[in-house]
Amino acid sequence: MLSYILRRLLYAIPILIGVNLLTFALFFVVNTPDDMARLQLGAKHVTAEAIERWKTEHGYDKPLLLNEAATGMEKLTNTIFFQHSAAMFAFRFGKGDDGRDIGNEIRTRMGPSLAIALPVFVIGLLVNITFALLMVFFRSTYLDLGGVVLCVMLMSISGLFYIIAGQYFVAKLWNLLPISGFADGADALRFILLPVLVSVVAGIGSGARWYRTIFIEEIGKDYVRTARAKGLSEVRVLFRHVLKNGMIPILTGAVVVLPLLFMGSLITESFFGIPGLGSYTIDAIQAQDFAVVRAMVFLGSFLYIVGLILTDISYSWVDPRVRLR
Amino acid sequence: MTALLEVRGLVTEVGGVRVVDGVSFEIAPGETYALLGESGCGKSMTALSLMRLLPDGGRVVSGTVELEGTKLLTLPERAMRQMRGGRMAMIFQEPMLALNPVIRVGEQIGEALALHRNLTGGAAREAARGLLDAVGVPDATRRLDSYPFELSGGLRQRVMIAMALAGQPELLIADEPTTALDVTMQAQVLDVLRALRRERRMGMLLITHDLGVVAQNADRVGLMYAGELLEEGTREAFFASPQHPYSRMLFEALPRPGDSGRLATIPGQVPRLDGTFTGCRFAPRCPYAVARCREESPGWQSFGTQRVRCHRAGELPAVDVRAAGERTGAAPPAAPLLQVDGLKVHFPIRRGLLQRTVGYLRAVDDVSLVIEAGRTLALVGESGCGKTTVGKALLHLIEPTAGRIALAGEVVTATGLQRLRRRSQMVFQDPFSSLNPRMRVADILLEGMDALHVGEAGQRRAAVARLLQQVGLPDDAGGRYPHAFSGGQRQRIAIARALAVSPQFVICDEPTSALDVSVQAQILNLLKDLQDELGLAYLFITHNLAVVEYLAHRVAVMYLGRIVESGPAAQVLHAPRHPYTQALVAAVPRVVGTAADTALRLAGDQPSPIDPPPGCHFHPRCPQADARCRETYPEATQVDATHWVRCHIIAGG
Amino acid sequence: MNAQAVVLWTDALVFLLLAVVAGLVWTIRRQEHLRAPWGAVAQRPMAMAAALVLAVFVAIGLLDSLHYRERLPDSSADAPQYSVEVLSVFDALVGELRTQKEKTYSAPLAMQLYAKEFVERDGVTVRDYPRLVHGGAHLADAAARQPDIVRRVAAGLAQGLAASLVAFAALAVWRACRAGVAVSAWLDDWRAGRLGWPARTLTGMVTLLAVLGAVLLQLTDVYHVFGTDKVGQDVLYISLKSIRTGLVIGTLTTLVTLPLAIVFGIVAGYFRGWIDDAIQYVYTVLNSIPGVLLIAAAVLIVQVYVESNPQSFDTAAARADIRLLALCVIMGVTSWTGLARLLRGETLKLRTLDYVEAARAFGVSHARIIGRHVFPNVFHLVLIAIVLDFSGLVLAEAVLSYVGVGVDPTMHSWGNMINGARLELAREPVVWWQLGAAFTFMFALVLAANLFADGVRDAFDPRMGGRR
Repeated sequence: MLSYILRRLLYAIPILIGVNLLTFALFFVVNTPDDMARLQLGAKHVTAEAIERWKTEHGYDKPLLLNEAATGMEKLTNTIFFQHSAAMFAFRFGKGDDGRDIGNEIRTRMGPSLAIALPVFVIGLLVNITFALLMVFFRSTYLDLGGVVLCVMLMSISGLFYIIAGQYFVAKLWNLLPISGFADGADALRFILLPVLVSVVAGIGSGARWYRTIFIEEIGKDYVRTARAKGLSEVRVLFRHVLKNGMIPILTGAVVVLPLLFMGSLITESFFGIPGLGSYTIDAIQAQDFAVVRAMVFLGSFLYIVGLILTDISYSWVDPRVRLR
Repeated sequence: MTALLEVRGLVTEVGGVRVVDGVSFEIAPGETYALLGESGCGKSMTALSLMRLLPDGGRVVSGTVELEGTKLLTLPERAMRQMRGGRMAMIFQEPMLALNPVIRVGEQIGEALALHRNLTGGAAREAARGLLDAVGVPDATRRLDSYPFELSGGLRQRVMIAMALAGQPELLIADEPTTALDVTMQAQVLDVLRALRRERRMGMLLITHDLGVVAQNADRVGLMYAGELLEEGTREAFFASPQHPYSRMLFEALPRPGDSGRLATIPGQVPRLDGTFTGCRFAPRCPYAVARCREESPGWQSFGTQRVRCHRAGELPAVDVRAAGERTGAAPPAAPLLQVDGLKVHFPIRRGLLQRTVGYLRAVDDVSLVIEAGRTLALVGESGCGKTTVGKALLHLIEPTAGRIALAGEVVTATGLQRLRRRSQMVFQDPFSSLNPRMRVADILLEGMDALHVGEAGQRRAAVARLLQQVGLPDDAGGRYPHAFSGGQRQRIAIARALAVSPQFVICDEPTSALDVSVQAQILNLLKDLQDELGLAYLFITHNLAVVEYLAHRVAVMYLGRIVESGPAAQVLHAPRHPYTQALVAAVPRVVGTAADTALRLAGDQPSPIDPPPGCHFHPRCPQADARCRETYPEATQVDATHWVRCHIIAGG
Repeated sequence: MNAQAVVLWTDALVFLLLAVVAGLVWTIRRQEHLRAPWGAVAQRPMAMAAALVLAVFVAIGLLDSLHYRERLPDSSADAPQYSVEVLSVFDALVGELRTQKEKTYSAPLAMQLYAKEFVERDGVTVRDYPRLVHGGAHLADAAARQPDIVRRVAAGLAQGLAASLVAFAALAVWRACRAGVAVSAWLDDWRAGRLGWPARTLTGMVTLLAVLGAVLLQLTDVYHVFGTDKVGQDVLYISLKSIRTGLVIGTLTTLVTLPLAIVFGIVAGYFRGWIDDAIQYVYTVLNSIPGVLLIAAAVLIVQVYVESNPQSFDTAAARADIRLLALCVIMGVTSWTGLARLLRGETLKLRTLDYVEAARAFGVSHARIIGRHVFPNVFHLVLIAIVLDFSGLVLAEAVLSYVGVGVDPTMHSWGNMINGARLELAREPVVWWQLGAAFTFMFALVLAANLFADGVRDAFDPRMGGRR
């Protein structure tokens, strides 16, 4: 088991290098620092000096890969690649266009992101599974059919509308909760409630439908018939036998996104004014702050790979067939 | 004596199709009633109707089912749950799938104990252990904490039985309980069932397609065909004088020991149940059918302890004893066509951080074979012994690790594969997965000719027509897709595909194991005819010893990647020398004659080829093993000029 | 020549796609085993009703993909000059809907502007809601509006019903004649649902669409059915124009996805070994990068490219179009991994099947085995993936446009509509109609696509059909 995890960790390194090279190519080779400067300073009426000044300010005034002018190790280290791409492996992200340290920002913004994303994840999972089990319990009745149709309708609505509707009705019309914003401590609950509610509701359609398919597939298997032949009640068959097997794909499917919860949700955070990583990312995209975008790409990939490794571990944890082999 | 179970006029529909149509029978306490029939005849659906466990879309339309006076079909669901697993229990065909993979064995048995005997905690665990003991699971205490995947197929089926016994049922329904198991495992499980029935005086409904299983286990037999019961009687009467033409033909289609004449076949196929029937359902395939059979559905007629639904019952000619046929090709051995020396197929096992090879799975370990032109060598053994791997390695479908293969005197090399493939071909086990569902039959047959450039391109279409005719398929078959054909017809297509490149040597990998008895006979006859006609040599890979005797000239018995005994077919099957071969032969349920209870039974399972036992691989299961056997692998000992065995006991005297 | 045809990149690709689909339909019609599952799809009322709705959307989208530029009226015949504005056949068909502009916001079916202005009335300047230039211009006063709307809706209803009744009668007579039965017998069969196709549902759906269309036609003549936006443009027109954007994103993206997914997925599963490792590496890398960020980076690159090469794009439409195309390409590049993984898994299973072994026993080449044995047997998965992905892509466009990395802000799209409208929610009274219109159209398209996809999946999924 341990060697298996170690092997997965080793496997993660080339992937991170791949991600790094890809982002380097996208941000510095295809899109040169000159282009970036021009885009930042406004396309027209840009002088060569202004571009140079911008590049110096942001530390992009170096050669890409090999610094001929420097000596010794400097030849390799005093380059854009080393300073801006390779440095990310040490989680040194540098400064954003607003002059703030990106690493610092990430640390402070993770909290609010998690405050929204974690409850959404947990409550969403519970709600979806409950809903799916209900549909499966009433399978081949009109209740099930109605549930499926409702799910299809819910998933046909853009996530943006859920947020807009939530803000409009709950916050503006009925004045139950603040429309957006964030606070620390116990106060945070007031601000968290609406985004969590909206996100959970937005996820029911696709989530419950997917879980329903998983459960329905399980219920057609031979061991379910065996359980019934034992004289178990339908509820017990569902909750003990079907749920236990169905949870394997559900849990392992969910684990991969677990680390990504730190990243927050772009749309939710931006609509609700949550000072998390999601809104940070979206602001960076809109302000075309390349340093931040690059940092978020790296962070996202890193967390995704952590998720993959956790998935492998969780598989062996929930499924004895994997654990004991 | 009042009946334990009484079924009257049971009619069941699944998805609008009448799968069970008016079935009535009774089972007395302590009696085993066998429901016999080919696949799709409605026997499983009958059982599921009794348990009220029909799949979604299925319902019992009419009829009554009484278990000791309790009318099952009108019970409320809650009361029915008390019956299921309580007074009646059921075991299923696929032990691999029928147990919940993520719940421990002990807990799964415990559920039934809690439900029907109010046992929980330590008491339940003790009871569960007792049940596992009763069904002969070794080391029962440890097995309680095992997950199903940790057990072999035979053990899983025993766990299933233990679970069924938990509620101390009066009636046990066993739906093809041994079909998915090897013969040695089948013998073990059937022994357990027989013993349990004796001890507990349980009634048993045994559902099977295997006449041999019926012969050794049933008290009474009911024969089903196309959703109906056709014949019923005591076992003795049914086997001595089957009354229905269908029953008779089933017996004649069965290869019998000591007889290698042509098999009788039943023309046509089992009808589809979604149509409407007029007259007798068997009439279209019946050689004795008269006009009345096609118009009027026959009623029951009684003959002593037997009853039968046939207009012509009693008028049929007496059961004719099949003439023992002459073995064809008993001519002196021809020149060897295929010579295999020291064939090895080892799969590396990689483990650890760097995926180093830590060992080898020795699927085939030093196998040597000789097959003469126009002759058949049968390679027999239990599943997992490596026999299919041998077949694939001979065709270089799996790259052999070592060994020399010579075909017609020419050593096969990686560069000469083209010539190998024109001379040898393969017929696969499952006719459903061996034909591409997206290709027309003609294209399937043309593929080999095109790839190997057999014949002139312009002549190949004509060759397809000839091939179809040769394997007994209609002329228009070429333009259709495989799904339009039944299992037996598909296997004919697969044979035609192999023959398309005019090979001299054909590997048949269990070509009939997925087919019903009546269809199996057709395919076996066809293979035999083709051999006589074209002088083909066969390597016939199978676990079915009855088929071996019908078709093979020589037999090689394989155990854990090695051949343990090899010799002329009649000799090996009737006077087996190796203890393993003896056990295999004894485990086959025979239709004629009853098996001696003293028969040699193999204990335990085949070990894993990753870590074979030291010395003779067979010694842990061998009743005669001694110190020698545990230390060294035996060399081949010649019994006579053509028959050799790898066994220390034989070698030593 | 009064116009010059303009073929935008996406237009060309849309029609290429149309040709591919036509080719596929032709192939499928000739192959029994391909035709059968489509027959099963055609049996499902829900799927067929959804297909009908989709067909309406597609028709509008296709009409909107035939672009041209009008000749300027004062240019000479020898050296014609063309307007910079790129129009489509759809624009020409809807005519005044495009040109009838108001000053700014107005509510649906309103006759007055949303905001008060100083207007001159009887010589006195008062602050009031000014009348619209087009909406309800034929009415004398506000009291006449409601009866007029009711009258027009009723007229539309009657027209729609009449039209569908005539069409249904014609269908009944034609089908009855072809089948050689009495019309009344055909009608009985229709009523009992015995026609072999979901006739009742489709009849109902056609009637519904006809009525809707007729009512809209009646109202659009003199009203802005969905109101107008900030610059006074008719919201119904914008919504209809957005259909093409949604369809292009939903379809062209798969055009990019498919070759990547099919080639990489099948090759990885078939050859295994280091080829598999390499392909898995590529898609894990791509998968691990958050999609939005990758898209954002790519869109920025395209933006830089367009700005540094202005000579290649002579119209605003061409500039917006290249960005749309880039969006499709980059979404395709980021989204092929899911299907590739699915195909890889399926190929791994298929390659062990006996018919592949049998082909190998004949020494059939790898390319031929893939082409004849593997691809035809995974094709249904590709098809299911196409229809399932479509709705997700349409929804993604809205989110991306909101983030600012979607389609060009000048392009009509539902995402841009939502983006523009959401800030106006704070106004009193609320400007809700843009959101309402975008919601209605998106919901209709995505729901229809989802329902159709369900039908296709049920018909093609091998698990439902058993072994055959």
